[in-house]
Amino acid sequence: MNAHIREDWESADAFEALMKTGESIRFGRRGFLKACAGAGGGLLLGAWLPAAAWADASVAGAHPGALVGLFVRIGRDGKIVIGARSPEIGQGVKTSLPMLIAEELDADWDMVSVEQLPLGLVFGGPPPGVAWKWGPQGAGGSTNIPDAWQELRQAGARARRMLLEAAAKRWDVPLDQLRTDKGRVLGADGRSLGYGELADAAAAIPVPTADVELKKPEAFRIIGTPRRVVDAEDIVTGKARYGIDTMAPGTLVAVIARCPLFEGGVKRFDATAALAIPGVRQVLPLPGPKGSEPITQNLVAGVAVLADDTWAALKGRKALKIEWESGGHDAESTQSLDAQCQRLLAGKGQVVRNDGDIDAVLKASDRLIEATYRVPFVAHAPLEPPGACVAIDKDSMRIVASMQMPGGASRMANAITGIDRSKIEVIMPRVGGGFGRRLSNDFVAEAVLLAKASGKPVKLMWTREDDLAHDFFRPFGQQHLSATLDGDGMPTSWRQHLASASKYHRRPDVKPEELWTAELYPDDFPAGIVKNLRVEWSAVHSGMTRGSWRAPAHTANAFAVESFIDEIAHAGKQDPLALRLKLLDHDTMDYGQHGGPKFSPRRLREVVRIVAEKIGWQRKLPKGHGLGIASHFTFGGYTAHAMEVSVGKDGIPVIHRCVCAVDVGQPVNPLGIEAQMMGGTIDGLSTAMDLEIRIDKGRITTGNFPDYPLLRSARAPDVEVHIVASRESPSGAGEMGIPTAAPALANAIFAACGIRIRRLPIGKQLVEAVHAKRA
Amino acid sequence: MAIEFVVNGKDMTFEGDPEMPLLWYLRDHAQTLGVKYGCGVGACGACTVHLDGGAVRSCSVPVSAAAGRKVTTIEGLAQGDTLHALQRAWIEEDVPQCGYCQAGQIMAAADLLARTPDPGDDEITALTNLCRCGTYPRIRKAIRRAAGLRKADEVKA
Repeated sequence: MNAHIREDWESADAFEALMKTGESIRFGRRGFLKACAGAGGGLLLGAWLPAAAWADASVAGAHPGALVGLFVRIGRDGKIVIGARSPEIGQGVKTSLPMLIAEELDADWDMVSVEQLPLGLVFGGPPPGVAWKWGPQGAGGSTNIPDAWQELRQAGARARRMLLEAAAKRWDVPLDQLRTDKGRVLGADGRSLGYGELADAAAAIPVPTADVELKKPEAFRIIGTPRRVVDAEDIVTGKARYGIDTMAPGTLVAVIARCPLFEGGVKRFDATAALAIPGVRQVLPLPGPKGSEPITQNLVAGVAVLADDTWAALKGRKALKIEWESGGHDAESTQSLDAQCQRLLAGKGQVVRNDGDIDAVLKASDRLIEATYRVPFVAHAPLEPPGACVAIDKDSMRIVASMQMPGGASRMANAITGIDRSKIEVIMPRVGGGFGRRLSNDFVAEAVLLAKASGKPVKLMWTREDDLAHDFFRPFGQQHLSATLDGDGMPTSWRQHLASASKYHRRPDVKPEELWTAELYPDDFPAGIVKNLRVEWSAVHSGMTRGSWRAPAHTANAFAVESFIDEIAHAGKQDPLALRLKLLDHDTMDYGQHGGPKFSPRRLREVVRIVAEKIGWQRKLPKGHGLGIASHFTFGGYTAHAMEVSVGKDGIPVIHRCVCAVDVGQPVNPLGIEAQMMGGTIDGLSTAMDLEIRIDKGRITTGNFPDYPLLRSARAPDVEVHIVASRESPSGAGEMGIPTAAPALANAIFAACGIRIRRLPIGKQLVEAVHAKRA
Repeated sequence: MAIEFVVNGKDMTFEGDPEMPLLWYLRDHAQTLGVKYGCGVGACGACTVHLDGGAVRSCSVPVSAAAGRKVTTIEGLAQGDTLHALQRAWIEEDVPQCGYCQAGQIMAAADLLARTPDPGDDEITALTNLCRCGTYPRIRKAIRRAAGLRKADEVKA
């Protein structure tokens, strides 16, 4: 459903277009099957990471063995190397995607190792003349598993077919008399050959071009079984390499002083003192976009210092004297944005969904409940900050960076330098966290611009302060929800009006009337269930740059909607669980946004039922404890959380138990899904508790982690994860753990102490409310 | 004046700026790239190394403070090919997600186990290293497992 071969969704922008339309584009066979001989334009620039010389076993460092199909290399010793195509940002695809291949290859997982593939593009062919060599290579929208589910199993099955054909030839027996078992081909007469003994012959057989029959799920031996992170040993011994770990002789380390004023620029600067610092080699102006024009390369203008090492570059930056130019947002502050939302919510918004007749129901009803919820700007803050290494050698280039969209990086580098894309090598090391920050390649653009201007290979470093001040932040917004209830406490109408700073701000090709599409997914619950329903949107104006933050608008909307459902239950004197079970007892419906084409309320109901049962919803609780529950459908996956919480006299919420249930269809790697749910839950809780990027006088005042207190171990609960056994086609799992964590916590806080959290982050408001209550 | 010290058992000499944070020396000069930058202000712990056996956040220690002392990074934690009990436990419990903070987490936990071979839950959760992926539940399990593994190793020895 999310398959896309189109080269043109690689950038965050076109990717968003896909997310927006839910457009389904069948994976083109041409790119997939094209023989992969000749890894384009290898550069000899320095001893950076060994380029994954995937198609050329003769290159030093490459695993010896024969290439069988596109992804599988088999050594004569039977050892198998599988190529992992997508960036590993912590979501586990370097393990789970090769599992799909290994399953259909019928490999012994203990004999498998995994290598990261570089960006693979095939040039020529029909417009646009560029196709993926190994299928889509990106990380975003939880699309890797659904994209790969058919394609990579086919890739494994076709490689297995080649091995079978090689054995059939060698033994001169019909193919249908042969079968495979854990890395061996077995004959009807008891003969057998290991894959290693057949590899060279199999490699010479043309890759099948027609679909090969896949295993029945009952026969899975790898899919659905827990498999550990393939790079675990490298990680725990310090050998794993991330973008930031790239270095080669002759490379200059660059840091940039970026304009801190929204949409501002550099008026003038003096580099004299910076250039006097030992090790500083060059100081270069870095132009940026003007005003609020679309961001297609770097985020903002600045001044770059290039030096022999990081410390010299940092000292040089500190010594710069820069006068910044205002971008005209000097009056903007966190308070001014809140006030703007209030003004907008008092009026009418752009209507984006309008079912039934809510005005008529409102007129006729005397039971109206309403509430306003708020979410702040937040940063991605991947622990490895942005950065990139770029070397340009006349008409070729190498990029090594932690990225989510390597194809977009290649296109951007081409746009900046004019170097042909076939001569731009893009290497993907492990990525120290993505969370959506690296869907944009602004940091790659900076490194390319500096490599071009300096004439040297450049390693661009961002500090944490740079990262928190220059991000594509999760949109800030407030939303007003109102509902009328019938005599049984069931909602008869529903109005949702969101005022937010759209993340599509400053995207090329997005029209003003489409800005809402990034903020509201109009088929989200309870659309189609509450028959009279209106959804409206109003634009908040802000100079902040915005973008996709893990599970984008679902984080804001699930917090509001799932909190409001709880408020409806209490207002209607219903059990919040009973209300949910009633509302979700509904037939499957169309879902037109990303994660569709269908939404099954009953699958969501089932995860609600599971968490309620596991947490013991009906049991008697210790005094001062409360239970909260929330559920949401995110990008094809169904998640619910239930939490048991108490609020101390100090106003600190304590989570005594945290239960999560998830239905992502057929689980591929349960160990990985559990990790994503634990991590997503903690990400959601961390963000709900204390995180906000604050603004004053048209600039960000949040500085470093002390101002942006991510949850530490002491407050991060254990998370009990229940994975639904399913044979449905799988969704991803990277983003489903977040949206329901905040509302489940807020609902549990209300149950525990009667204080309703409607503004995030919770921060000090609970402390203040507890004190006010006691006074 | 040259600063002399030992990194993972190797004698090192540094003649550059003595105020350079140990982190940048270890990454840019000693090439011990397992030591990670996360914040530069001692708040996240990604850069944790051992100085004479005790955990320090190397971004907040000048290289001059290492003079005459022994620095151990994640690359020097294993004894030859034998992984430290924490490294084994980390693999067993499948702790890493993105993996970026994990070397610092392990070095901080190794310091804890060296001081407190059988730590209680409070001591384990008191570790303040940040993990942006939220691997804390498995980190805690791995530390408990490692404490058990070390006991088992001692019995064998």
